[in-house]
Amino acid sequence: MGALDLKAVTKSFGATEVIKGIDLTVEEGEFCVFVGPSGCGKSTLLRIIAGLEDATSGDILLDGKRVNDVAPAKRELAMVFQSYALYPHLSVRDNMGLALKQAGKPRAEITAMTDHAAKMLSLDALLDRRPAELSGGQRQRVAIGRAIVRTPKLFLFDEPLSNLDAALRVATRIEIARLHRDLKATMIYVTHDQVEAMTLADRIVVLRAGKVEQVGTPMELYNNPANTFVAGFIGSPQMNFLDAAALGHPPGKIGARPEHIGLSRQTGDISGHVSHVEKLGGETLVYVRSDVHGLMTVRLFGEHDYAVSETVFLTLPTDRLFHFAADGRRRQPTAVA
Amino acid sequence: MSARMSPARTIAAHAALITYTLIALFPVFVIVINSFKSRKAIFADPLALPVPGNFDLIGYQTVMKQGDFFAYFQNSMIVTVASLFFVLLFGAMAAFALSEYRFRGNTLMGLYLALGIMIPIRLGTVAILQMMVASGLVNTLTALILVYTAQGLPLAVFILSEFMRNVSDDLKNAGRIDGLSEYAIFFTLVLPLVRPAMATVAVFTMIPIWNDLWFPLILAPAEEVKTITLGSQVFIGQFVTNWNAVLAALSLAIVPVLVMYLIFSRQLIRGITAGAVK
Ligand SMILES: Nc1ncnc2c1ncn2[C@@H]1O[C@H](COP(=O)(O)OP(=O)(O)OP(=O)(O)O)[C@@H](O)[C@H]1O
Ligand SMILES: [Mg+2]
Repeated sequence: MGALDLKAVTKSFGATEVIKGIDLTVEEGEFCVFVGPSGCGKSTLLRIIAGLEDATSGDILLDGKRVNDVAPAKRELAMVFQSYALYPHLSVRDNMGLALKQAGKPRAEITAMTDHAAKMLSLDALLDRRPAELSGGQRQRVAIGRAIVRTPKLFLFDEPLSNLDAALRVATRIEIARLHRDLKATMIYVTHDQVEAMTLADRIVVLRAGKVEQVGTPMELYNNPANTFVAGFIGSPQMNFLDAAALGHPPGKIGARPEHIGLSRQTGDISGHVSHVEKLGGETLVYVRSDVHGLMTVRLFGEHDYAVSETVFLTLPTDRLFHFAADGRRRQPTAVA
Repeated sequence: MSARMSPARTIAAHAALITYTLIALFPVFVIVINSFKSRKAIFADPLALPVPGNFDLIGYQTVMKQGDFFAYFQNSMIVTVASLFFVLLFGAMAAFALSEYRFRGNTLMGLYLALGIMIPIRLGTVAILQMMVASGLVNTLTALILVYTAQGLPLAVFILSEFMRNVSDDLKNAGRIDGLSEYAIFFTLVLPLVRPAMATVAVFTMIPIWNDLWFPLILAPAEEVKTITLGSQVFIGQFVTNWNAVLAALSLAIVPVLVMYLIFSRQLIRGITAGAVK
């Protein structure tokens, strides 16, 4: 029994089944990240946990208690939305204090808790402003502050950083990680940015089309993906999938991460032509087209000069290859014939 | 916007708008100027401005003396304001339910409520009159308020539910998680955000009610519940029409609608510009 248990949860909108039976346990104090492609049901699952949608079947347990019929406000959780969802007519202070006011807390306590949360997020100077008078990053901090003030048992974040620019996203990501350490609360975080998932998560839940594909720590998913979907989803740039038969294995796919493939002008396992080069300073991405395996990505550290349409050779990392059966599932490697 | 438009286009647009304004305001202007003139002057030169030679307040004096004009005014105000209040309140509530909650028959209910836009309520006059007679509401303002509320609701529901669909779900959900009741969400979060739409609905609802002659004539013709439009009819006879009085009464009747319109249109403009400078 964890802080949150989902038991065979399903959800249908009319005839379409969006969540197709999810079993999941999130431990006390854990930072759990839901990732998956757009439309796979991440937000829907989060709304079911929050009580904003009813599950069609299955049970939701918070701290071991079934909460299917408990109103959202009574579930002792807080949610941070992608669009911030601040109350436009209230000041920052009242935005943060509303939930406590609704719960009937004395005014002095509300002020103290709001001030405390504001200090944690350095919002002190903004407390009397309206949301319209804040920048995007400040609004997001207020939204997080509104969640903290309630000292919930469970935090739910629905893509909280996707409306921020890159620099602010990194800063806020670090802030959220710090909050998790300080508050020691259970957090569930939805994102489709896999850098956020890898850096924040204790455990990642990979969803596809309403089903859990794999659950594990970031490194487990990176080093030991259960199928091509997870393998392709975790890691950036994406894993290369090669034709297993062409390499002398039974039909299926062989996965090789771009950072594990060697590149040389002289010799290697596979030959191809450079089709594009991206130089990022610290690393260089070389896109190589092979007649047999299609377009492959190689990630090299440092600066490298490769010219487009140059002939190059790729070396596969024999000990770090991933073998997948034709149905996409991982299988044990077979000896090369 | 003006920065992106060439001067020629700006002038053309303004010319078109000014022409339209003049055409629209001309009848009103003629009514108002003639209400300040003597009967002879009205017929001698309808377009002349009221000047010391032809200036006459006889119309207004007649209106003040004859009939209980302030009572008519009051009746019109009560009927219009009360109907408007109920149309906006019930219309917004129905719109919220239709746009926010998924229930069986939601779409059908929406269509049913919108049907009234296409079917004129006057077709049901006989049945309405029978109903009012049966419930003893003939010659009461309540009868008018009920009919006008019914008349205004379809358009209100239709327009407001369209707008409410656009109110952010996240905002409502944040309210739910913070423990706001559905009523609090409706009144404090959703209504303020659809205020421009409410103002639009208010204007569209108010004018026909204020100007209506049909239902006051049929449902409430008694002296003490006459509305201003009906009250003004005493000056229009089969053989003689007291034009001074009719024009004066009409001029006076413009004032309250104008005031209400100004109030609502300020809301409207504020709502539009608030959205623009996001
Ligand atoms: N109220 C609704 N009625 C009908 N279908 C819905 C409703 N809400 C969501 N869906 C459908 O459920 C599916 C999952 O939606 P959801 O919002 O959970 O996706 P998501 O994983 O959060 O995607 P994204 O990453 O784009 O936010 C989508 O196919 C969507 O069309
Ligand atoms: Mg989503």
